[in-house]
Amino acid sequence: MLAYTIYLSFAGALVLALLPRVAAGFARVFALAIAVAGLAVGLTGFIQAGTSGPVLIADIPWIPAMGIHYTLAADGISRVLVVLTGLAAVAGILFSWTVKERTSEFFAFFLALIGGVYGVFLAVDLFVLFVFYEIAIVPKYFLIAIWGSTRREYGAMKLALYSFLGSAMVLIGLLAAYVMSGAHSMDLHTLAAYQYPVSFQLWAFPLVFTGFAILAGMWPFHTWAPTGHVAAPTAASMLLAGVVMKLGAYGCLRVAMTVFPHGMDPWGWSFLGIGSWRTVFALLAVIGIVYGAAVALVQNDFKFVIGYSSVSHMGLVLLGLMTLTQVGIDGAVLQMFSHGVLAGLLFAVVGCIVYERTHTRDLAILGKLKLGKTMLFAAVVFAIAGMASMGLPGFSGFVAEMQVLMGAWQAFPWFAAVAGIGIVVGVAYTWRALQRVFLNDTPVTEPVEDHAPYAPISWAEWAGVLLLTGTSLLVGLMPRLLLDVIAPAVQALPHILVAGGRG
Amino acid sequence: MTNLLTTITVLPAIGALVALLSGKRAIRTASVFSLASLALAMRIWFLLDFDGKMSLVERSPWVPTLGIEYHLGVDGLGALMLILSALVTLMAVAASRKVTTNPGLYFALVLLLESGLMGTFTALNFFHWFLYWELSLIPAFFLIKLWGGANRGPAATQFFVYTMVGSVGLLLAFLALFVSTGTMDFEALAQLASLGTLEPMITAHLGPVALWLAVGVLLGFAVKVPLMPFHTWLPNTYAEAPTAITMLLTGAMSKMGVYGILRLALPIFGHQMAQMRGVLLTLAVLTVVAGAWAAVVQKDLKRVFAYSSVNHLGYCLLAIFAVCIPATGDPAVTLSRAAALDGVVLQMFNHGITAAAIFWFLALIQERSGGSLAIDGFGGLRKPAPILAGMMGIALFSSLGLPGLNGFVSEFLIFRGIFPLAWQAATVAVLGLLITAAVILTVIQKVFAGPVAEKWAAFPDMNRAERFGLAPILTLMLMLGLGPQLILSVVNPTVVHWLAGWRF
Amino acid sequence: MNGASLTNLLYLTFPETILEVASLVVLVIDLGILRRRSAAYRTVAAAAFGVMGCLLALGWLLSHPLAPSFGELLVSNPSVFVAQAGILILSGLVLLLSMREEFSRNPGEFVALVLLATTGMMLVAAARDLLVIFVALELLSLSLYVLAAFNKHRAESSEAALKYYLFGGMSAAFLLFGFSYLYGLTGTTSLAGIAAAAVAGPLTPLWIVSLVLVAVGLGFKVAAVPFHLWAPDTYQGAPAPVTALIASGSKVASFALLVSVTGAVVPALDEQKGVSWVVLLLWMAGASIILGNLGALVQTSVRRLLAYSAIAHAGYMLLGIAAHTSASQGAVLYYALTYSLTTVGAFGAVAIVERATGNDRLESFSGLARRNPLLAGTMLVYLLSLAGIPPLVGFWAKFNLFAAVLRAPQAGVWSLGMVILALGMSAVSLYYYLQVLKRVYVVKGTTEDSIPVHWLELLTLVAIAVAVVLLGVFPGWLGQFIPLG
Repeated sequence: MLAYTIYLSFAGALVLALLPRVAAGFARVFALAIAVAGLAVGLTGFIQAGTSGPVLIADIPWIPAMGIHYTLAADGISRVLVVLTGLAAVAGILFSWTVKERTSEFFAFFLALIGGVYGVFLAVDLFVLFVFYEIAIVPKYFLIAIWGSTRREYGAMKLALYSFLGSAMVLIGLLAAYVMSGAHSMDLHTLAAYQYPVSFQLWAFPLVFTGFAILAGMWPFHTWAPTGHVAAPTAASMLLAGVVMKLGAYGCLRVAMTVFPHGMDPWGWSFLGIGSWRTVFALLAVIGIVYGAAVALVQNDFKFVIGYSSVSHMGLVLLGLMTLTQVGIDGAVLQMFSHGVLAGLLFAVVGCIVYERTHTRDLAILGKLKLGKTMLFAAVVFAIAGMASMGLPGFSGFVAEMQVLMGAWQAFPWFAAVAGIGIVVGVAYTWRALQRVFLNDTPVTEPVEDHAPYAPISWAEWAGVLLLTGTSLLVGLMPRLLLDVIAPAVQALPHILVAGGRG
Repeated sequence: MTNLLTTITVLPAIGALVALLSGKRAIRTASVFSLASLALAMRIWFLLDFDGKMSLVERSPWVPTLGIEYHLGVDGLGALMLILSALVTLMAVAASRKVTTNPGLYFALVLLLESGLMGTFTALNFFHWFLYWELSLIPAFFLIKLWGGANRGPAATQFFVYTMVGSVGLLLAFLALFVSTGTMDFEALAQLASLGTLEPMITAHLGPVALWLAVGVLLGFAVKVPLMPFHTWLPNTYAEAPTAITMLLTGAMSKMGVYGILRLALPIFGHQMAQMRGVLLTLAVLTVVAGAWAAVVQKDLKRVFAYSSVNHLGYCLLAIFAVCIPATGDPAVTLSRAAALDGVVLQMFNHGITAAAIFWFLALIQERSGGSLAIDGFGGLRKPAPILAGMMGIALFSSLGLPGLNGFVSEFLIFRGIFPLAWQAATVAVLGLLITAAVILTVIQKVFAGPVAEKWAAFPDMNRAERFGLAPILTLMLMLGLGPQLILSVVNPTVVHWLAGWRF
Repeated sequence: MNGASLTNLLYLTFPETILEVASLVVLVIDLGILRRRSAAYRTVAAAAFGVMGCLLALGWLLSHPLAPSFGELLVSNPSVFVAQAGILILSGLVLLLSMREEFSRNPGEFVALVLLATTGMMLVAAARDLLVIFVALELLSLSLYVLAAFNKHRAESSEAALKYYLFGGMSAAFLLFGFSYLYGLTGTTSLAGIAAAAVAGPLTPLWIVSLVLVAVGLGFKVAAVPFHLWAPDTYQGAPAPVTALIASGSKVASFALLVSVTGAVVPALDEQKGVSWVVLLLWMAGASIILGNLGALVQTSVRRLLAYSAIAHAGYMLLGIAAHTSASQGAVLYYALTYSLTTVGAFGAVAIVERATGNDRLESFSGLARRNPLLAGTMLVYLLSLAGIPPLVGFWAKFNLFAAVLRAPQAGVWSLGMVILALGMSAVSLYYYLQVLKRVYVVKGTTEDSIPVHWLELLTLVAIAVAVVLLGVFPGWLGQFIPLG
C-alpha cells in the first residue's frame, strides 16, 4: 500500500518530464493531485497500521546474485516520516503555485525528489535505501540551480557535492559492512544482526554517521544548508529543510546506529572528557544547536535566519539520537516531524508570502515596509510558526524538544544545559526577526517608493498555511497521535540503542 | 458538570476566537465571556471541598508513552486565583473601552491571556501547566508591543526575554525531575518530596544537582513575581504597557509566580529551599525595602505603582521563604507558618484587585490629562474631581495597609507569621511598610491635595459608567477588610493541608 | 592441425568472418554500385550494411553461444561471449550514430574499417595466446589509427591520429618487448603455459621486467595514467563516431585482454612475485582516478572532459583488475560494457550538438533543454550514469566492482583505501558532469532554436538511454551472463 507513494510520485514525475511544454496550470494541478494522492496513501497506511510493528510492503528478489532484495517495510518511524513527506509535498506545491518558468519541469523534478524521499523512508534493504537516497540528490540540484535565487548555482552545486560526498562515505561503510558480514545480503536486519568486530565498527560508524549527518546539517558540515536554503526556490527550501535534512537524520538512526551500534562504545581513552564517538557527535550536535542559533541571530537576510535555525533544530535531532534513550530518540523522531512541518511553514512565509510580494529579503528594507500592517496575514503566520518552532508549548516543537532534552539530561547533563541556552537564543532570533520585519515601528526617515498594493493571499497560500499550522498544533496538543506510533518502533530498535549504549 | 475546570480554561479561548471575528464589537464579546468566566469561577469556589485537598479533579491519559496525564484540580489557592483572574480580566476589559485600533485582535489576546491564566491555576501536570504558562506570555507580549506607549518595543522585548529565560530554567529543571522520577505530576512529585525520596532519586540519576534544579525552578518564578534582582524588566513593562494590560500584568500575571512557588517549588523543593533560606530571605527583604525605596524616587505614577507592586509581592515572598524551616512539632511554629501562608494567599488576592484598581484609576487620570502621568504635574485634583479622589483614595489606602481595608489583614497576617520565624528579616521588612506608606501619602498629597493647577481646573470627574465599574471593586476591598473570613475559611484548610504534607 | 580443428576454428570465428565479409561487401557496394550517389546516401547505405553485418554476427553468436574453444589460441566461455556480443552491439550503435555524419567522402572505407576494428576487438577478447593477442591488437589499432584521421577537413583529426598512432606504436613496442621476454622465459606463447611455467620456476628479475613492460603496453591501450597523454587530444580531434569507438569497443577489448592476461598470470605468481604487478596496477589505478577526475574539472571542451573521465573510469576498472578474483574480473567486464554503452550514447549526443553549434565547448550546450528536450534528457541519463547515480547502470557497475574489490581474499588495507579514494573522487566527478548538465538545463542559451535530430539517431540515443536505465533497474539481467557478487 505505502509503496504507492513512491510509484505515484515517480510516475507523476515521468509524465511531467515527458510533457515539458504542457500548460503551467495543468502541470501544477496534476502535481498537486499526485502529491495529495501520495499524502492520502501515506495517511491511510499510517492509520491502517495503527501502533503495530513493521508492516512489510514488498519483498522481491532484485539481484539474486548479490543477495539484494527489493524490500520495503514501514515501522512506526517510517510511517510518521512518510506522512511528513506527504505533507511537505502538498504544502510545497501549494506554495509553488506562482512558478511560471518551465512549470512542468519544475514539478517533474519536485515529484522525483519526493519519490526518492518516500523510498528512503520505506526501504529496508540498505542497497535500496541507498539507491533512493542518491536519487534524491539530482533533482535538488536542478530545482535550486534553475529556479533558485541568490547565488543559486553555487548553492546548488555545494548542496549536490556535499550530499554526494556524504553518500560516498555511506557507500564505503555499506560496502565494507556488506563484504565483511559475508552474509550475501544487504538487508538491514541481517546486517544489524551480524556482530561486527568492535574495531571495525569504531571506524565504520563515524564514517557512515558523518556521511548521513552531512545531509542532516551537522556542524561543521552544515555549511551547505544555509546557502542551499537561501538559493533554493520556496518549495525546494521547504523540501530541503522539511524532508531532505530528515533523510540524513533518518539514515543516522536507521543505518549507522543500527548496523554499527558498538561504534559508539568508549574508545578506552578520553581527551577533555570525550571518550567515544557518541560523545563526539553529541558535542557536535550541541555546538550545532548553539552555533546555528547564534548565527541566525546576526543575519540580515530573512532566509538565512531560517536557514541557520534549521541547523540549530537539526542539532536537536542528532543530540536526541545520541542520547541512546527511548525518550531521546522518540523526541528526535518527533522533532524531525515537527521541524519538517515548521521549517516548511517558515520558508513558505519568508520565501513565498513575503518575498513574492516585496521582492526583498533584507531585514532592514522589510522593516520599512510596515508589513505588520500591510501584510497582517504574513505577520500572524510568521509569529505562530516562529513561536511554534522555538518550542512554545501547544505546538509540536515543544513536545519534541522536551523529550530530546529529557534524554539529554540522562546522557549528557551538561549538554542538556547548553542546548537549553541554544533554545533561549532560538527565542531571541525568532523574536528579532519578528520585531525587525513585522513589528518595526521606528519612524521611516526616507520615504519608501510607492508600490502597488500587495497581491491578496491566494487560496493556495491559505490552504498551505492551514495545513501546516494545523498539523503542528494537532501534534502539539495530541502528541500521542504520533508518539504512540513512534515509541513502539523505537522500542523495537536494537536494545543497545535505547539502553544508554549498554547491552 | 464534571469538567468545570476544563470549561473555564477553554471558555476564554473560545471567546478569543469569537472576539477575533467580531471586529469592532469585540469589547461586547469580551465582556460577555469574561463575565461568564467570573461566574464559572465563583461556582467553582462554592463547589470546593473544605478539607483543603484538590477538588474537581479531572485526569485522563494524554501522552501515554511518557506517562503524562491531563490532570486538573483546584484547592483554595487555585480557586481564589481563578476568581482573581476572572475579576481582573473583567476590569481590564472594562478599562479598555478606548481601544480603537484593531479591537478584535486586542480583545482576542486579552481573552487568550485569561485562558492561559486559568490553565496555569488549574493544571497539575507540568506538561500542560507549562503550556498555559507560556500561553499567557505570548498575548501579553503582543498587547504591549502593539498597543503600548512610546518605548513599547524595547519594553516588550525585555519583558519577553526575561520571562523566557526564567521559563527555560523551569523547563530544564522539570525535565531533569522527569528523567529522575518518571513523572511530571505535581502531586506525585510532592508526594515523593514529602517522603524524602525525591532527592536520592535525583542524585541517583543525575548526581547531586537537586539544589541546582531548585534554583532553576525558582529562577522561573523569581523573574515572574519578581524577586530582586530579577525585577528590572518590570518597571519598564508596566510603564509602557497599555494601562489595562498593566492591570492584568500586576493583578493576575504576577500572581502566577507566587502561585508557582506555592504549588511547585515549596512542595517539591521545600528541602532545598530551606537550605537556601538565608539567601532567599535576604533577597526578599531587599525586594521589599528596595522596591519601596525605588517607588519613592519615581517621577511617573505608573512607575511608582510598579515598584510598589514589587514591594507588595515582596511580602509574599518573604513570608514564603520564612516558612521554609524544618518542622519542629512546636504548635506555635505551625501556627505562625499557617498565619504567614494564609497571609500570603490573601495578599495575592488583595494586591491583585487593589493594584488593578489603582492602575484603572491611573488610566482614568491619564485619559483626562492627555497622556501624562508625571507625579509633579498634578495637584489639587480633589477639587475638580472629588469622586475620583475619594474612590482612588480608598484604593490607595488599601494598598497602604490601612486597617479596615483588605490590604491590612493580609499584611498583618504575614507579619504575624514571620516575626516568630525570621525576626531579623521581618524587622528590616517593616521599613518597607513605612516607606510604602510614605510613598502613597506623598502621591495623595501631590496629586489630590494642594492648590489646583490652572490647567486642571476643569479636570472632569468620573462619569457614571466609571463609577459603576469601580464601585463593586471598592466594595469588595471593604468587605474583605472587614470580613477576611470570606476567603480565609476556604484558604485556611488548604494551608493546613499543605503544611501537613510539606517537608523541609 | 587437422581438418576437424580447422572446421572448429571456422565455427568459432564465424562472427568475425561475417564481419570481414561485410566489410568487403560494403566496400564493393560503395565503390562500385553506389559510386554516383550523393555522399549522404552513400553514408546511410554503408552504415546500414555495416549494421547489418554486426547484426548477423551477433545473431550467429547468440545462436551458438558455446562453441568449443580452439585449443589455447582462442577460447570460448561466457565472459568472452558477453564481451564479444557487447563489442558487436557497441560497434553497431556507433555505425547507427554515424549515419548522418558528413566528415568523409569515403563512407564505404569508413564503415569497412570500423568493421575491421570490430573484428580485431572480438579476437582480442577471445585470444589466449601472445601471438594471436598481438596480431588482433594490431588489427584493431591500425584500423583505429586510420579512422582517427578520417576527417580530412580538420587539422585536429590528423593531429589526433598522429598522437594516437605515435603513442599506440610505442605501446605496441613495449607490449611486444614484454611478450618476447615472456616467451624467452617460458618457451611458450600460450597464457596457460606461461602461467604453469611461472608457478614452477624461480623468481628472476626478468620476470618483473617483462610483466612491467606488458603492463605499460596495456596501460597505453586503456589510457591509464601515466600513459594517458594521447587520450584527451585524440578524443577531441577524432571524428565523433571514431572517438565513440575508441572509448567503447576498444575499451571493452582492452579490458577483456587485461582480464585474461592477469587472470592467467597473476594467480600463479601470487605466491612469489605477482604482488609487484598488482602494486604496479594499483599505482596506475590510483593515479588514473586522481588525475582523470581532477583533470576533468578544468576542461571547457566536453570531449576532453569525457576523455579525462574515461581515464578516471579506467582507473576504477584497474582496481578490479588488481583484485584479480573471478568476481572482480566479472565486475570489470560488466563495468567496461556498461560504461562503454553509456559513452557511445554520450558521444553520440555530443556529436549532434557539435554538428548544430560548430564546436563541443561547454557553452555550446547552453539551453539544450529548451532546444531539444529529448536529447537533453538522454544526455542527463548518460552523464548521471557516468557519475554513478542510481538507479542508472553506472551506479550498479560501481557498486558491484567495489564490492568485488573489497571482497578479494588478498584485500587488505590497500583495497579499502583505494575504494575510499575511488568513491571520494567519484564525488568530485559529479562536479564536472554537473557542469555539463548545468549548461544543458540551467543556463540560458543564446538561441532557443530547436536542434534538428534525425529520427534514427534520436531513436538510437533514446534506446541507449532506456537501456542504461533498465540495466540499472534490473542489473540481474546482464548478471546472468557475467558472474556477479
